Amino acid sequence: MNDLAFLTWVRGTGLDIALSVFVFGVLWRLIEIYGLGAKKDLAEPRRADGASGWHTIWRRSFPQKEAMKKAPVTYIGGIVFHIGLGIVVFFFVPHILLIKGVFGLSWPGLPSQIIDLVTVVTMAAMILVLVDRLVKPVKRFLSTKADYITWALTFMPLLTGWLAVQHLLLPYTLMLAIHILSVEILLIVLPFSKLFHAFTTFGSRWYNGEVNGHKGVAV
Amino acid sequence: MTAKSSFGREPGSVGEGLARRGISRRDFMKYCSGVTAMLNLPLSMASTVADSIAKARRQSVIWLSFQECTGCTEAITRSHSPTLENLIFDLISLDYHHTLQAASADAAEHAREQAMKDNDGKYLLIVDGSIPMGNPGYSTIAGISNYDMLVESAKGCAAIVAVGTCATYGGIPKADPNPTGAVSVAEIIKNKPIINVPGCPPIPVVMTGVLVHFLTFGKIPELDALGRPKIFYGETIHDRCYRRPFYDQGKFAKSFDDEAARKGWCLFELGCKGPVTYNACATTKWNDGTSFPIQSGHGCIGCSEPNFWDAGGFYKALSMPANPLSMAKKAAVAGVVISTAMLYANRGKKAAAKAAHETTTLADLEK
Repeated sequence: MNDLAFLTWVRGTGLDIALSVFVFGVLWRLIEIYGLGAKKDLAEPRRADGASGWHTIWRRSFPQKEAMKKAPVTYIGGIVFHIGLGIVVFFFVPHILLIKGVFGLSWPGLPSQIIDLVTVVTMAAMILVLVDRLVKPVKRFLSTKADYITWALTFMPLLTGWLAVQHLLLPYTLMLAIHILSVEILLIVLPFSKLFHAFTTFGSRWYNGEVNGHKGVAV
Repeated sequence: MTAKSSFGREPGSVGEGLARRGISRRDFMKYCSGVTAMLNLPLSMASTVADSIAKARRQSVIWLSFQECTGCTEAITRSHSPTLENLIFDLISLDYHHTLQAASADAAEHAREQAMKDNDGKYLLIVDGSIPMGNPGYSTIAGISNYDMLVESAKGCAAIVAVGTCATYGGIPKADPNPTGAVSVAEIIKNKPIINVPGCPPIPVVMTGVLVHFLTFGKIPELDALGRPKIFYGETIHDRCYRRPFYDQGKFAKSFDDEAARKGWCLFELGCKGPVTYNACATTKWNDGTSFPIQSGHGCIGCSEPNFWDAGGFYKALSMPANPLSMAKKAAVAGVVISTAMLYANRGKKAAAKAAHETTTLADLEK
């Protein structure tokens, strides 16, 4: 199979397979998780239900001062790479075109030089959090194989996309095909791994905030 | 010996032929300087190039045309006509070429056999068109199948130049569902050096450039993984496109005749395959350097790449899915149905657990 045929496969059949698994997995897990429902709470609320859930979604996006002092790399690196990832994925024009092609939605993109810079910063932040994970004994102890695999699966699309745009290592066509393939692998793994937090984080925060509010620790 | 002293003096040489046609040494040197620059060689090499070409014996060339449309021949012989490139082309000894030779029938075939005999091991074989492997009768010349003629002619050649995307990668005849079982030259001939000069058609100056390189150095130029000379196929159309700055700024034409298209914005969204097409169109251009497809307002269709005909459609942006995502829609429906079934199963389990729950009384604890 030549490079262009490989690219056409990942743009066609490969994408169809990956999106199928992704959509199937996401719907399955979301409906199953949220469909389970919570056990009826028989205790009287300590105070009237407020907006604790929504406040928690917002508040937990920012580190607490003490925590920040203890683990600055985790927080800053984590925040930078998540925001960077969001910018690269959703504001690079070819990505927007793909989303438009699949879902019909589109919005203005950013110039490729800005995307390029954000990609480098994002990769640097990801490498930093990985090094921190390896160097800090506690973090290393808590890490499993799955943590390293998911890190690599997230890092690969960034790296291959950047290499493709920069024309490094391999011919553009082949690198672009590898980039798309790496995203497809990520899509397939996402619903069945800890990467599913992309869909559940805010729901979990809301739930925790709401329960805490119910118990009297409103925020 | 310098080019000056040899030009036009050696009988039977290219130089002598040029001089006889009234080409001055000055014109010839100008051409050689241009070729030297095109081949990415230092300008000091111009006199060496000139010397080699001028002294070279007229290179015997056999041109075979198989499943093709003659567009490659049209491009090479007509589009720059008349230029020095054409004359150089004339001055190789083109011993066999369906379209261009005067002889026909047996005489034509005899010319090919004679050239093969006289120049055994030295002649250059140029092939355009793909070879049908499904049924030999799909394409024959003088009753000889394309496959047989290629194998026979390739035996005594010094090298093969596969011209056009059909000969290099199968091209349009090989497009899905490939009714004739078309294959490229390289899929049949394995023991000869093959230079692939793809394009539909290839750029004329690229063709002559490859020949000049062969005449000058007596060997084939450096090739990429797809057998293409790196000199001409080393960079993508996109990288050398004059519309590239608009791509980087995120400025795209939305239709072929909108304001953005008229301003010369990037044609990526209209399906331009420039980013994945390795060719020299954006630099050498066509029709004596006049223009190239993107400059004329149409996106690149990627004609010098293998399987370009089946690469997801000419008017679909590269970032768009190549095929309709039919499976994904079914998967979405399946996801909802299966998870809803799971949901009811889980709720059933929950209800069953609740029903089976035994309450503990004080009496139980005192037992």
